[in-house]
Amino acid sequence: MCRNVNGTQPDIQVHPTESGRNGITMNTRGLRSQLKDSVPVAGLCPQGAYGVQDSLRSGFTSVKNELLPSHPLELSEKNFMLNQDKMNFSSLRNIQGLHAPLKLQMEYRAARQIQRLPFLQSSNLALDTLRGNDESIGFEDILNDPTQSEMMGEPHMMVEYKLGLM
Amino acid sequence: MLHSAKPCEIQTGGFCFENTRRNAVLESSLSESGYKAPGARKTGTTIAGIVFKDGVILGADTRATDDMVVADKNCVKIHFIAPNIYCCGAGVAADADVTTQIMSSNVELHMLNTGRPALVTMVTRQLKQMLFRYQGQIGASLIVGGVDVTGPQLYSVYPHGSYDKLPFLTMGSGAAAAVSVFEDRFKPNMELEEAKQLVREAITAGIFCDLGSGSNVDLCVITEAGVEMLRGYDKPATKGKREGQYRYKPGTTAVLTKTVTPFPLVVVDESVQIMDTE
Repeated sequence: MCRNVNGTQPDIQVHPTESGRNGITMNTRGLRSQLKDSVPVAGLCPQGAYGVQDSLRSGFTSVKNELLPSHPLELSEKNFMLNQDKMNFSSLRNIQGLHAPLKLQMEYRAARQIQRLPFLQSSNLALDTLRGNDESIGFEDILNDPTQSEMMGEPHMMVEYKLGLM
Repeated sequence: MLHSAKPCEIQTGGFCFENTRRNAVLESSLSESGYKAPGARKTGTTIAGIVFKDGVILGADTRATDDMVVADKNCVKIHFIAPNIYCCGAGVAADADVTTQIMSSNVELHMLNTGRPALVTMVTRQLKQMLFRYQGQIGASLIVGGVDVTGPQLYSVYPHGSYDKLPFLTMGSGAAAAVSVFEDRFKPNMELEEAKQLVREAITAGIFCDLGSGSNVDLCVITEAGVEMLRGYDKPATKGKREGQYRYKPGTTAVLTKTVTPFPLVVVDESVQIMDTE
């Protein structure tokens, strides 16, 4: 069983201290905690039946493959949304003060809570509208659409994971 | 190879890097046995654009290559983005196609949202932001040209995300040949016919001097009045017609000796397979 290095829902905190309005210090530590700067580490024991490496499901093996990202874009694509948000929030913070990103993050957190059950695909309409993704088309809408995925997570396992019972 | 090993992760759309490891392993084992992994189909192109008195002319050749083989003799390299903006694409064919389609959809959404006609700078900006995000892995070099409220404009965007704004531009493998024609004969504020001839000559130079470009010349003339797509404007590379008969008459060569050796063949088995000649 493999897990992400960082847990379930990320916690967004903005650092409480701040400099004066004409201070230049940028405070970007708020979203640092949720930046996933690693690839999920597959567990140390193989995943197939009887502990033997399941080549059909997880492909060819090599220790290096499991620890390092294999494609130059893998990490940057994984963190892309987070980095964008981080940049936007910190510049908003510098322009308009603390209340602006706080309010927006509150709205984001509220929108993120509107979800179906863990193993079902939610439309994330509110979140998309807040982010502005409803007005543009990118590769995340064309390729690898989660609603068309052939695999569904095992319902019991996913609910337990979500509730933190696992 | 799907997400069976990571059932608890929220699945997002977009690029999936699961197969890169498998591909790396396969490529290394293939190269040990001396085989080459299949490559992406590139357009191996000459594309060019020019700003003339009333607007913009875009030109392109029509050959698509797969390494050293011509994959498509008459492909379209001038893509629609908005009614007043067109884009020529060079580089990997699929990347250029999909990128221009995504841009076209984004432009349409943007026009619906703002209620205004599209600007060429908007297309260029979205293109370069997207290409920079993917760090050149999307191998599409594009020339974006159009006429909007600020006038006729021409931009070139490179696969890593840089762009240039110039009165004449060429890209692709035949860019050097085409730009030499432009450098020699370009004048600002040319007339329509003169500009069309110049672009045709530039693309023809690319077709003859570059192995990756060939077949016909396509032109696209964009003015404030509208767009004129001239597909197959010039076909410099068609086979010529043979003027005379080049076969020798039977008996031209004298026969000196003749030996006949009969092969005794025995019919072992006979089977008839009817061909479908409909």
